[in-house]
Amino acid sequence: MKVICNGEEQEVRAECTVSELIVSLGLKPETVVVECDAVILKPDEYSTRQLHEGSRLELIRFVGGG
Amino acid sequence: MSEATYEREDIEAVLAARHTDAVQDRLKKGVVGVLGLGGLGSAVATALARIGVGKLLLADYDIVELSNLHRQHYFLDQVGLLKTEALKQNISRINPFICVVTIEKCLTEAMIPHYFRNVNVLVECFDRPEMKAMVLRAALTSLPGVSYVGASGVAGYGENNLIKTKKIGDRAYLVGDGESAIGPGLGLMAPRVGIAAHHQANQVVRLLLGIE
Repeated sequence: MKVICNGEEQEVRAECTVSELIVSLGLKPETVVVECDAVILKPDEYSTRQLHEGSRLELIRFVGGG
Repeated sequence: MSEATYEREDIEAVLAARHTDAVQDRLKKGVVGVLGLGGLGSAVATALARIGVGKLLLADYDIVELSNLHRQHYFLDQVGLLKTEALKQNISRINPFICVVTIEKCLTEAMIPHYFRNVNVLVECFDRPEMKAMVLRAALTSLPGVSYVGASGVAGYGENNLIKTKKIGDRAYLVGDGESAIGPGLGLMAPRVGIAAHHQANQVVRLLLGIE
């Protein structure tokens, strides 16, 4: 199925979770802020929240250093 | 060393003469929270203090170490002090009339709204990416009306102009190149961290002045 991630269409498997998607992008879930269908998710929801056809995600990724 | 003492009016007069009364009035009323007082946070807080932002909430639980002095605004004789206390001292030497509140806690997502609900702008200057993500999440979910300026991707000595300030939401801005993480062979260096810190500080000024 297709989801929209940061404005771009992305093909994911049916029932793909948010954390699967994050990991598939090479990112660490705890370093990413996720807005899924206009709701900011808590990190403990990432592994249970399933995407559906047309889900809209905004991922904001952080790298270390300050 | 000069023995002269200066009154609040002396300092406010020179700031207003340079910045105009209207701008200075807004800056003086500004309340800004700085989370993390390393290379980014110590530079952000110093810049905001120099221009006369009225109140700064400075949060860090760490002490100044010798290994910090290559990029952080502290001095050799401050090694071993809490960063909050050391930075408060340094700010008081620039402008003793800035109100500085220090918070020596390892902040959690739940604590952030408690400490920072009354600031105009929250400036995220932490080192660890999971802490950075936590601050943005707290700002977006629990701090309506508070602006956010974060940073990601400031390590090394990459091109100056790859450091950008990007609007990521309503009153939310993220500074950095988005990619340069601290890691083997890529350390944090005063010049590039300073570029990012001053992007953050200037974005704070713009937000305090009501420029979106």
